[in-house]
Amino acid sequence: MALIASLHSKRTPILTQETETIMTDTISLPNSLRSQPDASGHFGQFGGRYVAETLMPLILELEKVYRAAKDDPAFEEEYDYLLKQYVGRPNPLYYAARLTQALREGAPAGKGAKIYLKREELNHTGAHKINNCIGQALLARRMGKKKVIAETGAGQHGVATATVAALFGMECKIFMGAKDVERQKPNVFRMKLLGAEVIPVTSGSATLKDSMNDALRHWVSNVHDTFYIIGTAAGPHPYPELVRDFQSIIGKEIKTQMMEAEGRLPDMLIAPVGGGSNAIGMFHPFLDDTDVAMIGVEAAGEGLTGKHAASLAGGASGILHGNRTYLLQDEDGQITEAHSISAGLDYPGIGPEHSWLHKIGRVQYMPITDDEALASFQKLSALEGIIPALESAHAIAAAEQVAPTMDADKIIVVNLSGRGDKDIFTVADALGAEM
Amino acid sequence: MDRMATRFAACKAQGRAALITFVTAGDPTVAATPAILDALVEGGADIIELGMPFTDPMADGPAIELANLRSLGSGTKTAHIFAIAADFRARHPDTPLVLMGYANPMLVRGSDWFADQCKVAGVDGVICVDVPPEEDAELGPALRNAGIHLVRLATPTTDAKRLPAVLEGASGFLYHVSVAGITGKQQAAQANIELAVQKLKAATHLPIAVGFGVRTPEQAAAIGRIADGVVVGSAIVDLVGSHGDAAAPFVQQFVAALSGALTANSRETAA
Repeated sequence: MALIASLHSKRTPILTQETETIMTDTISLPNSLRSQPDASGHFGQFGGRYVAETLMPLILELEKVYRAAKDDPAFEEEYDYLLKQYVGRPNPLYYAARLTQALREGAPAGKGAKIYLKREELNHTGAHKINNCIGQALLARRMGKKKVIAETGAGQHGVATATVAALFGMECKIFMGAKDVERQKPNVFRMKLLGAEVIPVTSGSATLKDSMNDALRHWVSNVHDTFYIIGTAAGPHPYPELVRDFQSIIGKEIKTQMMEAEGRLPDMLIAPVGGGSNAIGMFHPFLDDTDVAMIGVEAAGEGLTGKHAASLAGGASGILHGNRTYLLQDEDGQITEAHSISAGLDYPGIGPEHSWLHKIGRVQYMPITDDEALASFQKLSALEGIIPALESAHAIAAAEQVAPTMDADKIIVVNLSGRGDKDIFTVADALGAEM
Repeated sequence: MDRMATRFAACKAQGRAALITFVTAGDPTVAATPAILDALVEGGADIIELGMPFTDPMADGPAIELANLRSLGSGTKTAHIFAIAADFRARHPDTPLVLMGYANPMLVRGSDWFADQCKVAGVDGVICVDVPPEEDAELGPALRNAGIHLVRLATPTTDAKRLPAVLEGASGFLYHVSVAGITGKQQAAQANIELAVQKLKAATHLPIAVGFGVRTPEQAAAIGRIADGVVVGSAIVDLVGSHGDAAAPFVQQFVAALSGALTANSRETAA
């Protein structure tokens, strides 16, 4: 693959080379790549606040409350406490010895990077989503809101939101595409058990983007008492920033854990990207560490020439759901339907910070198809005894392609963003297996 | 005075509010739209809002959302919308035409392209739901350069502190969204609308039009007593939804009832 070749032909850190090309392109980069967004919520040309006037005062208020919370040691203390005692953090950074060995066997001599897995799937509720939900529920409480709403694709964010709503005694409505309600039945039942009302969304393609439309419609009609817990690092400012900050615990822990395990930083980080919250949470603490390469894995569905959900590889800059970012769209700016076997990646957009990191070349983005993800889903289950979420299986598939091209003393960390229990029906169906 | 100001002044001289009517371009088809627009004018609409369909109309309720999907489903493209607008301008040289829609279809080819197309087609103003004052640079400068009004929205959540930012760069008229919500659903209490319009009038010389949830001649008449314009959308779009290609006479009849209710206001005032 051309991408992989270009990644590893570089002897100097990726950033330096990219920066040189970009400077001639008259895009100026900030001193630190970790200082985005700017005061108006832009990551370069991306991000911003593209919402109806009704919502503007509310998101300005949210920004104010978030700034105050960030400066309040009591907020951080409660967030840390809940992550530790309720979520179960820190979760392990696990050296996947058998996966590493299996890939080395197919690699040229001396090749085959060591693969570590960041075990986000061991969090309470089974994915990284809870990190963000705890933070936003604390913000909702600070704003005096008693009701929370959320959109969900795979149901992981819906479950995490329903969970924190139960924990904080808040009323909870989850908007979920009717198609996803069908393919993620276990999570639908979980949300109901947790006391949430699950509202199937039938408009449009009846998937994640449509559930976000309906969540926004509900929010704009109930701004006075409702807090919208957005599940990914997208939407109007300050959501991309605050979701990233709450998810950055992933990258911070990796830094500490990798120093303990190997005494140095990893050479590469790999994470799946739908909206991209687990990926930005993993990447952000490393953005200024120029020797650490990063790969965000987009869902290529049936392949980039067919139906897919790879908005960077196959989309263009546009405005949807409150932010400017890369979108799958036609020449008239109509949003085209995304496709991925993974409900959590089935979205025609991506968080604005990823669009920016793609544009400046700091992060490489790589497409992985449904079939590749399915193969890795099975491979990780059989080799390591870990059933990954289909989202995470995309990242494993990318690691399988990249690791054999790297020297054996190199280190890759893959974000195992969620567990795959929710996906066993989808996978069984795709494999033609009887349950 | 431009077309928009002329029309508001004419209505004021008649002692009534302007009737502003909304339909979605290309609903149910591009071919059916001109007759529906003519029906609006014949029925007595003063200003036409022509909706640009979008796949993800997240500020709209079911009525207009369905209209968007019907239009796109029948193959409406942006080029058709400007053709519809240009033809309308040729048939109705004095009726102001405002394009209303979402940022992405407007900006996909750049704001200058969009503003230029508006100018060429004889469009008088633009309402963009999801470009608030904070993101004015995306659309505002291009429209102003082209002499196209940027109509801004004020909502029940727009407080006194924020209102100046909304008014800065607003032109044509100010659209007061009477409910915090989506189109076509709830109705605001008359007392709340009156209070809001008073506050807006104290802050700007722009005509104030009130919309969202206005469905009947009676409601239109009540709002027309206090505002400079009344916007009716979903109720008309519902007629297009149920009558399809044959909607024009039904639309005309309904708009005539709305217009009659506003005109009756002026007779009351005169009496």
